[in-house]
Amino acid sequence: MATLNQTISDAQGHASLVRRNKNQDILIAGLGMLILVIAISTLLAMFLDLFITGLPRLQDPDFYMSFPSRKAEQAGILSAWVGTILVMIVTAAISIPLGVAAGVYLEEYAGSNWMTDLIEINVTNLAGVPSIVYGLLALGLFIYAFGMSETVLVAGLVLSLLILPVIIVSTREAIRSIPEAYKEAAIGLGADQWQTTYAYILPAARPGIITGAIVGLSRAIGETAPIITIGALTYIAFLPNAPISGDFPFINFDWITSPFTVMPIQMFSWVSRPQAEFQINAAAAGVVLMVLTLMMNAIAIYIRYKVRHKD
Amino acid sequence: MTSFSKSIGMMKNVSTTAEPVATKRTHSAPPPASAGQEDTWLLEPEEELRARVSDLEFWYGDGTQAIQKLNMPLVDKRVTALIGPSGCGKSTFLRCLNRMHDLYKGVKYSGEITLMPENVNLIELDPMVVRLRVGMVFQKPNPFPKTIYENTIAGLRIRGIKKRAVLDEMAEKSLRQAALWDEVKDRLHQSALSLSGGQQQRLCIARALAVQPDILLLDEPTSALDPIATARIEDLLNELEGQVTILMVTHNMQQAARISNYTAYMYMGQLVEFNETDALFTRPKCQRTEDYISGRFG
Amino acid sequence: MLNTPDDQLRAAVTPAPNFLRKRAMIDKLARCILFAAAAVSVFVTIGIVYILVSESLVFFENVSLTEFLTSTTWTPLFAAPSFGIWPLLSGTLTVSAIALSIAIPLGLLLAIYMSEYAPPKVREAVKPVLEMLEGVPTIVYGYFALMMVTPLLQAFIPGLPGFNMLSPGIVMGIMILPYTTSLSEDAMRAVPRELREGAYALGYSRFYTAIKVVIPAAISGITAAFILAMSRAVGETMVVAIAAGQMANFTFNPMEGAATITTFIVQVSLGDVRHGSIGYQSIFAVGLVLFLMTLLFNVIGFMLRRRYRLAY
Repeated sequence: MATLNQTISDAQGHASLVRRNKNQDILIAGLGMLILVIAISTLLAMFLDLFITGLPRLQDPDFYMSFPSRKAEQAGILSAWVGTILVMIVTAAISIPLGVAAGVYLEEYAGSNWMTDLIEINVTNLAGVPSIVYGLLALGLFIYAFGMSETVLVAGLVLSLLILPVIIVSTREAIRSIPEAYKEAAIGLGADQWQTTYAYILPAARPGIITGAIVGLSRAIGETAPIITIGALTYIAFLPNAPISGDFPFINFDWITSPFTVMPIQMFSWVSRPQAEFQINAAAAGVVLMVLTLMMNAIAIYIRYKVRHKD
Repeated sequence: MTSFSKSIGMMKNVSTTAEPVATKRTHSAPPPASAGQEDTWLLEPEEELRARVSDLEFWYGDGTQAIQKLNMPLVDKRVTALIGPSGCGKSTFLRCLNRMHDLYKGVKYSGEITLMPENVNLIELDPMVVRLRVGMVFQKPNPFPKTIYENTIAGLRIRGIKKRAVLDEMAEKSLRQAALWDEVKDRLHQSALSLSGGQQQRLCIARALAVQPDILLLDEPTSALDPIATARIEDLLNELEGQVTILMVTHNMQQAARISNYTAYMYMGQLVEFNETDALFTRPKCQRTEDYISGRFG
Repeated sequence: MLNTPDDQLRAAVTPAPNFLRKRAMIDKLARCILFAAAAVSVFVTIGIVYILVSESLVFFENVSLTEFLTSTTWTPLFAAPSFGIWPLLSGTLTVSAIALSIAIPLGLLLAIYMSEYAPPKVREAVKPVLEMLEGVPTIVYGYFALMMVTPLLQAFIPGLPGFNMLSPGIVMGIMILPYTTSLSEDAMRAVPRELREGAYALGYSRFYTAIKVVIPAAISGITAAFILAMSRAVGETMVVAIAAGQMANFTFNPMEGAATITTFIVQVSLGDVRHGSIGYQSIFAVGLVLFLMTLLFNVIGFMLRRRYRLAY
């Protein structure tokens, strides 16, 4: 009888233990979901708040085609979005080749020596340097030491340096995910290292590299602090010279040395105004900025998803 | 010696009638295991050679020696099979011939791999130059994610050959040689990854053949394939005999017996016996070979 | 020479000697160019250190290091300037502490959920959302803090000023939540499956496995995640610049507005920064402090992450 009782109480003990474990599991899963809901609703709340506030300006076609103005209802984002596009062209033109080349070097060429270690630690560290410090670099080096002014070129340069680690790291990851077999096949056919890299590794790594470039550029589009630091928060009510013209030589690069403004700077200058009407403009600019960056991120995520589910 | 000459009649496709000269050798470095079995047997073939390996030794970057004092002839336009238990160094030896090991840091060779008739030592050449002349097919089919046509002529592109006529001609010729032409001639510009595993491996063989390699290395080319695809590759290798010098690693003794003219048995980084295939399987000269082929091994 | 068909074929596929020469040259050139590109990143760091240090040296010619490190008033732009960094540090640390007190527990919980509980499908759906959250420009978060979170907080906390550290702190916490989550989750997923299976075989529940086995095993990676999050919070600019006001204020009270190191730099940059003016020099001095702080965090984080990578 005693042993039977013992068994029963053991079984009851186990049952309560199992019940407690189950409750704990439900609690954790519930909390996890709750945090997720908070995160997602923050994203939604941000977007909806901006959208509803900015709707009057967003509906107005003039908003996209006018310069900033002292009158809130006439102010637009023309110089800002043109500036963003121009700065992004410079940023992409500098950071993508430089970052991909550095990534290829570290992944394929670098031997294991102190120099490689130095570069690797350095890239990791640069990724963690606050963006405003890049702004100080640009201010001290480009603006004062080199005597450049607050131009599209300087903004493109500083944003390139800022997103360089992103592109280097994603290039390395993309190359690392290519099967060793491709490389062996090319080498086995007599290809030298550059032929292998250029003709076989880079094409296979292209989706990953593009993803990294898009993520990096989307970060550059939203960056405000380094651009403020170089002193580019100015009132820009004109456009740089168009890069393509009807006269010979048809293409010019005057725009590179032109003063500029960009979307986040325009938004910041509106946010900083006390008048409520300018907050509407700020919200509208925020919607454009958010749509732009979310779209770029969505494209990057989609490419990554496609690549992962190809086989 | 007399029993040895009798076996020649059994050999397929070996036209020579002269009695091969057999040499008995003792290794300078004693083998680490199986004391009392240090006998080795190295046939000196009567046929024309394409390469001769003399006293080849190889060390990996971590200092472990994978090949010890290896001597072996490679007969021109014949299929030679390398057999032996896993880890015996047969793949390592194969990869010495196109210097694939040089991709990794700190590897070391000594000895000679002499390519005939030029009499150049492959160990002393630039590995890139070696790979331009010695082709390789890997265990798993590894076509590039490009079209069938681009795969076939990949080696030619690497060699800077641009003439469309040459490319087209070589593509068709090598695809025919690899017995793939009839299956793919209508879809040359589709992705190579749409082919079956066996077709992919034949494509890899075509890719290696297109550059007219002096030697073609095959590293267990059928180990990732099903029996039907394997049979097709074996047929193909039988047809290539007389056209290309082939050195093939296989862990399948039946396969070695079916395809090859010569067979080399390796054990623990050393060559134990090199002989004509039928002789090696029917009358092995070394106790260690006999143990292995009769399954007494391991 | 070319008498047999074999020889003719071989001749057709033999690379021309000048092609091989050209190929070798291109190969060498490519190696040099790629190396130069990789070396650029080192020059960026050298440039940052050089600029910060050289401009700070000019600053410290005018301001004693003792004053910089001990004074509790920061008024570099006043007629009677005072250069004590403590007000900026107190603002930076307060906002960061609020952000971390949100990002760390929530990030850890979410990481546990994602790595130990969530079915693969949920994980696959959630990751993009977190990435999106990470991709939103910080200026948008700043607007959100000022225009939505602050009014909301004011409804609960009467007397909360329009510029305060609480609101940007909370928003920054949500902003860096995806970052702490993904770093901690990486660390937890690197824990070998055998360890988990061992715990389950002993009858451990999921929760106990996570608490007693996975987290201890991943602790260095999780710590790294926290430290890297700290580095990010300290260096964050726009949220604070917009929602915390830009007045230097020596306080640790989250209900007050204050300047941080980053917002001071923004504030000076918005004005007229003449090269050589004390305002200009001061942003490099505080920038150097910021850089050293983040460098310290990054190096510790890097070493901790390396440790868990080596462990498994």
